[in-house]
Amino acid sequence: MKPRQQRMLAVGLAAAGLAIATVLSLKAFQENLMFFIEISEVANGNAPQDRNFRVGGLVVEGSVRREPGELEVEFTLTDLENELPVFYNGILPDLFREGQGIIAHGRLDNGRFIADEVLAKHDENYMPPEVAESLAKHAAAQEAALEAETDQQ
Amino acid sequence: MIPEIGHFALILALSLAVCQGIMPLIGAHKNDEALMSVARPAAVGQFVFVIISFACLAWSFQQNDFSVLYVANHSQLALPAIYKFAAVWGAHEGSLLLWILLMAGWTVAVARYSAELPRDMTARVVGVLGLLSCGFLLFTLLTSNPFERLIPAPADGADLNPLLQDPGLAIHPPILYAGYVGFSVAFAFAIAAMLTGKLDQAWARWTRPWTTWAWLFLTVGIALGSWWAYYELGWGGWWFWDPVENASFMPWLAGTALIHSLAVTEKRGLFKSWTLLLAISAFSLSLLGTFLVRSGVLVSVHAFATDPERGLFILAFLGIVIGGALSLYAWRAPKLDSTAGFRPLSRETFLLLNNVLLIIATTIILYGTLAPLLYDVFEWGKISIGPPWFEFAFALPMVPLILLIGVGMHTAWRSQAFAALYEQLKLPGIIAIVAGIAVPTVFYGRSGLLLSIGAIAGFWIMAVSLIHPIRSWRRAPGTPAMTRSVMGMSVAHFGVGMFTLGITIVSSFTVETDQSVRVGETVEVAGYQFKLTNLQNVQGPNYQALEGEIEIRRNGEFISELRPQKRTYLVQQSPMTEAGIDAGWNRDLFVALGDPLGNDAWSVRLQYKPLIRFIWLGALIMAFGGLIAASDRRYRLTATATEKTPELSGEPA
Repeated sequence: MKPRQQRMLAVGLAAAGLAIATVLSLKAFQENLMFFIEISEVANGNAPQDRNFRVGGLVVEGSVRREPGELEVEFTLTDLENELPVFYNGILPDLFREGQGIIAHGRLDNGRFIADEVLAKHDENYMPPEVAESLAKHAAAQEAALEAETDQQ
Repeated sequence: MIPEIGHFALILALSLAVCQGIMPLIGAHKNDEALMSVARPAAVGQFVFVIISFACLAWSFQQNDFSVLYVANHSQLALPAIYKFAAVWGAHEGSLLLWILLMAGWTVAVARYSAELPRDMTARVVGVLGLLSCGFLLFTLLTSNPFERLIPAPADGADLNPLLQDPGLAIHPPILYAGYVGFSVAFAFAIAAMLTGKLDQAWARWTRPWTTWAWLFLTVGIALGSWWAYYELGWGGWWFWDPVENASFMPWLAGTALIHSLAVTEKRGLFKSWTLLLAISAFSLSLLGTFLVRSGVLVSVHAFATDPERGLFILAFLGIVIGGALSLYAWRAPKLDSTAGFRPLSRETFLLLNNVLLIIATTIILYGTLAPLLYDVFEWGKISIGPPWFEFAFALPMVPLILLIGVGMHTAWRSQAFAALYEQLKLPGIIAIVAGIAVPTVFYGRSGLLLSIGAIAGFWIMAVSLIHPIRSWRRAPGTPAMTRSVMGMSVAHFGVGMFTLGITIVSSFTVETDQSVRVGETVEVAGYQFKLTNLQNVQGPNYQALEGEIEIRRNGEFISELRPQKRTYLVQQSPMTEAGIDAGWNRDLFVALGDPLGNDAWSVRLQYKPLIRFIWLGALIMAFGGLIAASDRRYRLTATATEKTPELSGEPA
């Protein structure tokens, strides 16, 4: 092959491959992307009903409940304005505890959030940024207190 | 005193790096012998002062000098000595120092083993590396000084992040960084070639072993990171498509494309400008990875440094390096074009396909990694992208790539007759199809389309990788054995096959369950009976732990006893899960303790992971193949800058 043909072949192959990969992967991308929805938004009915999304907030003190000896656990998340009950069947992360900021993946079912994954960051002072932002927005009154906490990061 | 010496040594290293970066480049431009000969002594001097600086920081850790802020934040009196050493690179400032140390080490190695290179080439390569060192030294000294004092010194330190107190993670960063930084050598060679305006096959022959070394370090580094995540972090997962993992994987993919493209440039003098672009990309992606990790722009478990000032510095540095390299490329690369041709069925075509597919894969991962950032910047919402997308999108270019490897490695340069190729590959093809369908069905009791494709692809590459070694072993007396290059290629591709098979089997047949278990109870997973026999408190050097004893039996026969722990590190009061793993060549049994559930019950995660060891073993075999190829004779022979007649037919990639 002549160099010009080689280049055309290369460009053609690259373009065709890229086009196929782009179409397929963008389609899958739309299906797999998960939005972070603030708890107040969920409370106002602005959460998607039929797909997975992420929520984040503080675990309300005293809200963690489980039947003794059972894996299923329920707790309440708050953004300091609204609350959201969460149900989870599985092992909670090491750093999960009341008062801690966490993120959960899952979907809504009759006003209850069914989590299939619960994440807590591996750093005692660490607050997931989305959660920190959401809290700051929804708790103007408590902003000063919160700043003191984020300052420690 | 010691920390000040370290700080001062780092400043001296910077001054020498400035000399190393400027004088040889001017010398090469003006053809001034005296200026060019600054390159080597300056590089050696820089290396010596960086070693002094690094040693000072390590000494401060060993002496528990908590008046050094970095030591106070990342060590503690009771920390075992080995982790006090590993803590040097346990966080941002020290890991930069490690980066600089490795970069200086690579530079000295290039200066030392470049006797056969033209003087101006050596001067330019070492000069470019000097400029890169300047960037990192400045970054460290201006934004991330590891020797900063903390007065008054605390009585005890804040301890090293418990996640990092592990032998796997102690050696993971040095090896990974050696790979990242190693691509700077290929980058410097590319810049030097563009500055001289000459890129011949001798250039490719000098560049290849360095690139292969960098690639094999990166391969081992990524494998170690994955292995560590598996037993320390991941509750049994081995790859999370976390931005930090992607940051190391993108340069690996670009680097893999580069070593294949270099083969064509060396053997046939083709793909020159493409090779240059890949050399620039591999190192740029290493830098981008550093930017993503260090600036904390992306949220991730690994991002322990979050500081916008640092982010801006790295972004500017990234802009200068990538922008500068690409401008030079746009200006110079068109002059380097070659004229040789090749047929559609030839080694060149397959290596081209390899490059195209690897770059598509890199682009996909880059997009997935940066998309959350883009969405945030354009205020389209805060998103995250799950591993299922990455797995799907990454498989799109990878499945054809893996199937094509087997054909490409047995195709001749320039032109290949189809009939001969078909004869050669018929038997391995049949073996692969039979084994790919039979093995999952017979050993794991299930089959399926995607599963079969994965297994066939794995067996296919393993089978075709044996062709060269078998032929060499059965060759007629007196005929030459295969070269190290061919052996390296065969071994590395065999590793790809094991890796593919491992991923396929582990993702299809893993059994994973979370259970509530009381002492004395038994749970059955994948034919194994896990019995929690005891729970007790144990005391470590700097932690307390609750340890479970789990006895595993299969049909009554004792298999193993595992002791997973739930640790609480005393200083940071942070809990950590230490999994218990019974590793075997064909399956891992994995046990991790969760939380107390009340009523004396504990949550326990139990997993059966078939062939998971093939994933890391495959990666190590790939790296070993690289090692064999890099030791090929022809790289040690004195190469001259004159163009040699390209070697033809059946020559290795």
